[in-house]
Order: sequence, then C-alpha cells, then structure tokens
Amino acid sequence: MTDPEVVILNTGIANTASVIAAFERLGCRVLLTDDADTARNAELLVLPGVGNFSSGMDALLETGLDQVIRERVEHNRPLLGICLGLQLLCTSSEESPGVHGLGVMDASVTRFPAGVRTPQHGWNAVGDGYAYYSNTYRIESIPAGWDGIYSTHGGEFVACLSRGSILACQFHPELSGSWGESLLRKWIRTSVEVSSC
Amino acid sequence: MLTQRIIPCLDIDNGRVVKGVKFADLRDAGDPVEQAQRYQLDGADEIVMLDVSATTSGRATALETVRAVRRVLSIPLSVGGGIRSVDHALALLAAGADKVGVNSAAVEHPELVGDLSDRVGAQCVVLSIDAALREDGNGWEVVTRAGTNRTGIDALAWAQRAAEMGAGEILLTSFDQDGTQDGYAIKLLEAVRGVTDLPVIASGGAAHARHMLDAFQAGADAVLAASIFHNQTTTPNQLKSELAESGVEVRMP
Repeated sequence: MTDPEVVILNTGIANTASVIAAFERLGCRVLLTDDADTARNAELLVLPGVGNFSSGMDALLETGLDQVIRERVEHNRPLLGICLGLQLLCTSSEESPGVHGLGVMDASVTRFPAGVRTPQHGWNAVGDGYAYYSNTYRIESIPAGWDGIYSTHGGEFVACLSRGSILACQFHPELSGSWGESLLRKWIRTSVEVSSC
Repeated sequence: MLTQRIIPCLDIDNGRVVKGVKFADLRDAGDPVEQAQRYQLDGADEIVMLDVSATTSGRATALETVRAVRRVLSIPLSVGGGIRSVDHALALLAAGADKVGVNSAAVEHPELVGDLSDRVGAQCVVLSIDAALREDGNGWEVVTRAGTNRTGIDALAWAQRAAEMGAGEILLTSFDQDGTQDGYAIKLLEAVRGVTDLPVIASGGAAHARHMLDAFQAGADAVLAASIFHNQTTTPNQLKSELAESGVEVRMP
C-alpha cells in the first residue's frame, strides 16, 4: 500500500487540522475540499465534524455533498464519519428539531441524559482501548444493518458503527492516540482492498 | 466509563516553554514540540498550551508552535492565552488547536464567548478562570492580565454563567496556589463544582497524586499541572497508577 489519498470534506464547521495531521502521520496524501465531484471520485473520503447538526446539514446541502455521501454509503465506497459526521448520517437530532439528516442510518440523535457531565470531554472505554470524545449528543442503540460497539456515559451509547468500508465514529480517532491510529490504519487497509476489487 | 484526565500544561513564550511562579519570574524550560511529544508518550490525556507572550511577534510565533505541535500530537490540544477576538481563536483552531481558552478578554467582553461558540460549537470553547481569594478572605474574585488585575467579579457567579455564555469547559486556576506545589485550591473547586455542570479542569498547585485525588474528589474532571512534569518529578502514567490504586478511573496505557 503506497501513499493512499484521503479526501477530507471541508464543511467549514470542523477543526480539520487534527484530522489532516493524523492521516499525514500515517503516510497518506491529504486533500481538503468541498467539491462534490472530487468527493464522489475520492478513493477514501472523510466527513469530519465539530459543531451543530443544523449548520452541518446546511453545509452539505449547499455543496451537493449530501447526495455524494448517500451514494457512497449505498455503494459501500470508503467513508469515515467522525463525531458530527456520524450524527449527520442519521435521520434527525434533538440538537436541531425539524432538520432532516442524511438518513442513511435508521437512528435519531439524542442528548445525554441530565445528570451526566456534558459535554462529554475525555477518554472513554471502547472495547479493548480508550477513545477521546467531545460530544453532547449521541445515538443510543446500533441501527439495523450496522455493526457497532458501545461506550457508557449515563447508560450505553454508540461508540462507532461499521459496514464494509463505511466507518462512523462518535469519538475522535484522530485524537485517540495510538489506539486511534490503529483504527484509522485498519480503515485505510480495509477500504483500499475494497476499492481495488 | 468516562475517565479522569491528567493534562500537562506548556506555558509558551516566543516559541519556547517557560515556567514561573504565580504567573511571574519566567524561566526557559525547553522546546514545546519535544515536550508535547514526551508527555504524549508518558500518558498525557491532553495537552494545554498557554501563550504567555506579551508581544505581537510572540503571538505570531504561537501559531507556528501550534502547527508544529499538532503535527506530532495524536491527543487533544487546547490553546489559550491572550485570545482577544474570534478571528484570533479561529486562527489557532485552523493551526491545529482542538479547543481554545478565553480568559481576560471574556471578562472584558463576555459576548466573545458566545460569538466564538456560535462559530465553532461550545465543545471547542474553554472559559479560563483565574481566581484569587478575596483580600478579606471572603470568597474568590476573578483576576485577569496574568493576575495583575483584581476585577472584583465573584468567581462563582462567573463560573455559573459559563455554560449559558457558550463555554463547554472551565479551566479553573487558583492564583493563590499556582506554582506553590501545596495542592489544588480544594474549597474553590468544590464551590465551583456546586454552581456548574460543565467539565472543570483544576489547575494550580499540584505536586503529587494525592493532590490530584483531592481535586477529583472535590469534583474536578481533569487536573492540570506544569512544574512536576517539566522537572520530570513524575509522569502522567506514574500518577495514573497511583490514582487507579485509590479507585480513580483513568486511561491506562
């Protein structure tokens, strides 16, 4: 595997510098874009996300990226959604009532229950490791048709979901130390195999 | 389960790490990239960088430092110090900070917190509060401009407003304890915990794991320290082993 190119969507609402740095450390070439055709043709596509559900959807609708992401999920073309990038794949969010998400996952995003610390800032156990989270909203159960793992913060919530070469993480793999690096490496490897088939 | 964080802090002046006592008497303590990388290896859960540069050129250098540190860091980076505008904060985020902390400027212009939060989301905005015991010993007041300005503002009232103003976290530094290695300001911490549901990072006074345990028991979600890591007295992983024995949930390597 030599220098895979990773296209990162620049939706203007994410702190992309950390995501870029993480992929560069893994030896990837990185391209930041908001162009729908570039995203459609990308070998590896990343939808990062920091910010709110409504402005995230607005950014995707303005650029036509909403359709590109739906197509990629439908055709199992490599996609990584991070944090809000996972939530935008769902149907709706309590954060922005009335706003439709991309709807490729049959799940709605809800706020952490009262009485637990929000935002959830910090490292939480995920399977055999720890991942870094920075979120106030999450999905409570794994939607039909997806594999997933849970973390616990005021009850179980979805840590990450996968199907083929689609990976969606509520945590930030780019900020999750060597555990996060392994996960990104694994996604690249799986994805590159799939897209060369 | 969400673990408790240990956060080494790098005070940066003109591209170099410095350390002082009670915000003054700064001494050179090394290269920020090397130190951030070492702390990451030693089990830091996050790095805080505070730009203490007093000059415009120093602040420009800070952007370069953030970029350089970001390249090597695979854990969160929070940056504060001298942030006076939304544009300045956005530049730091673009350079590679995951969170930005506002302090003096937020006291003078509280709307800065909300303006910033509207642009980048509350989870990226840290309200840094420097608090000092009032001279009559009755409660705490907010101090700004590296502790030289006592504002008279009640620190608890200020902390209570943080969430509604748009902050997603509070970095609470005790001006009285900073650099003393006498332990965190536990009463202050308990009082702040009582008025906000936001994550609170305790800062100022740490010498060993016992101090950190006290802070966690007083309601801190994270503890920040500088000297003990600069001096290589201990490491985050070493402290975590001790804290785990006392029942604190920490991220072990």
